[in-house]
Amino acid sequence: MALLEIQNLVVEFETAAGPFRAVNGVSLSVDAREVLAIVGESGSGKSVSMLAVMGLLPWTATIKADRMTFAGRDLLAMSNAERRRIIGKDIAMIFQEPMASLNPCFTVGFQIEETLRYHLGLDRTARRERAIELLKSVGIPEPAERLDSYPHQMSGGQCQRVMIAIAIACNPKLLIADEPTTALDVTIQKQILDLLVSLQAKHGMGLIMITHNMGVVAETADRVIVQYKGRKMEEADVLSLFEAPKHPYTKMLLSALPENAVGDRLPTMKGFVLDDEAAIPGAAE
Amino acid sequence: MSEIVVEGRNIVRDYHVQGGLFTKARTVHAVKGVSFTVEKGETLAIVGESGCGKSTLARIITLIDAATSGELFLDGRKVDIARERMTPDLRRKVQIVFQNPYGSLNPRQKIGDVLMEPLVINTDTPAAERRDLAVEMLTKVGLGPEHFNRYPHMFSGGQRQRIAIARALMLRPSLLVLDEPVSALDLSVQAQVLNLLADLQDEFQLTYIFISHDLSVVRYIADHVMVMYYGEAVEYGTRDAVFTNPQHPYTKVLFAATPRADVESIRARLAKKKAA
Repeated sequence: MALLEIQNLVVEFETAAGPFRAVNGVSLSVDAREVLAIVGESGSGKSVSMLAVMGLLPWTATIKADRMTFAGRDLLAMSNAERRRIIGKDIAMIFQEPMASLNPCFTVGFQIEETLRYHLGLDRTARRERAIELLKSVGIPEPAERLDSYPHQMSGGQCQRVMIAIAIACNPKLLIADEPTTALDVTIQKQILDLLVSLQAKHGMGLIMITHNMGVVAETADRVIVQYKGRKMEEADVLSLFEAPKHPYTKMLLSALPENAVGDRLPTMKGFVLDDEAAIPGAAE
Repeated sequence: MSEIVVEGRNIVRDYHVQGGLFTKARTVHAVKGVSFTVEKGETLAIVGESGCGKSTLARIITLIDAATSGELFLDGRKVDIARERMTPDLRRKVQIVFQNPYGSLNPRQKIGDVLMEPLVINTDTPAAERRDLAVEMLTKVGLGPEHFNRYPHMFSGGQRQRIAIARALMLRPSLLVLDEPVSALDLSVQAQVLNLLADLQDEFQLTYIFISHDLSVVRYIADHVMVMYYGEAVEYGTRDAVFTNPQHPYTKVLFAATPRADVESIRARLAKKKAA
């Protein structure tokens, strides 16, 4: 059984100009111990579909799906209280801006222990111990001292490590990483990606990696979903996607990589339009 | 062979941070003695991570900021903005395009006015001619005359970057400094803007200083590459020399950290994973 299973997810936002469909019939599933990458450009709905899973969308959003289950439990049917017990514990998420996603008013220790207190009900000393252990496992030197630091006293890469520590605090079954390295330098990006993949393998988590960076996909994923304008264009294992992309959009995305340039100009997607009628092979299952 | 458009000799820039109640005053050495030359029609890429001083160097070359010491030559003439006043003539030589296309355009200014403003400030071109030049430049960067009276919010990120490039080219500079011009853009849009830059370079014989942290973009666009690390140029050479045979350990680290999107490295990774 798949860990997370979504069928025909539709997310619409109420706007002044009428409803806007950000996600249009996306289906996906992730198994335990699997790294799934969702790749797409801005506006492809890749973040919105995962925020829908987390229940983090604003009230202006309407979420519809034929099926949305986590470990066999229906996420859409359960009460908010029930859902809150899963979110942050069994499903955790890491966001793009590490500096902005931590609360500047509290020490990182407080923010890690908050999760432990709410979900696991550990007492003060046990929380402290676990927090030190977590900071150590994400590779922060002098973890006991760093617990009393505030986010502004740490670098971007260290803040992202703290975010990861919070996310894995309760040993989640599924970790969703939304552009975890976009704001970071390449050498730090490498460290964070290595950390995520090693934690994923160590704890046997499912990992969903949302990114726009084809390099990140190539370095981490087992399976890849390509999204464009809220629709799934292609789904394939990572090797076949890069070796033989089937969908024209994927082909264009790969050929737009500067390292794949042929001659002195890059191929561009000028004129690539997706209309609803165009049934593109491989786009839908 | 061809003429040298910009040359820097041993450029140093220190920032003095004033002490507060509890902190001592200190000096930050942002750029520590960097030298370079760029010939007409060529592209020098400056690569480095955040805080390495590459944007400070860009500000010095664009004559926004004065160097603490060292010499800067534009078109063979020594320029020192700490001593002499900025002249319109000097302004016309070098222009800059910034990273964030959302932050670098005034939201209350129409595109036509954005493009005409450099002419108003630095030249005495008559109004009618200014308008013609702006429309001409709009079409050159792939937009149209119909965009003349629109506001920045009506454009996408890629289009705004085209506008920023058009504005920089209005004075027909010989040197264009591009400070991470494509890092805020989507992959497909990035490709379009890079192509536009290549076209414009051919058409106007432009010289580029291209600041970036993305090695794949640098490899595509640069003739020469400079790698900066903590304010120093640790590696400087032709693109092929730097990419095929990096000398400095930091350059090697940088290359090793860059994710590779080719089939062989995916295969190698999957094989390694299976073995583990």
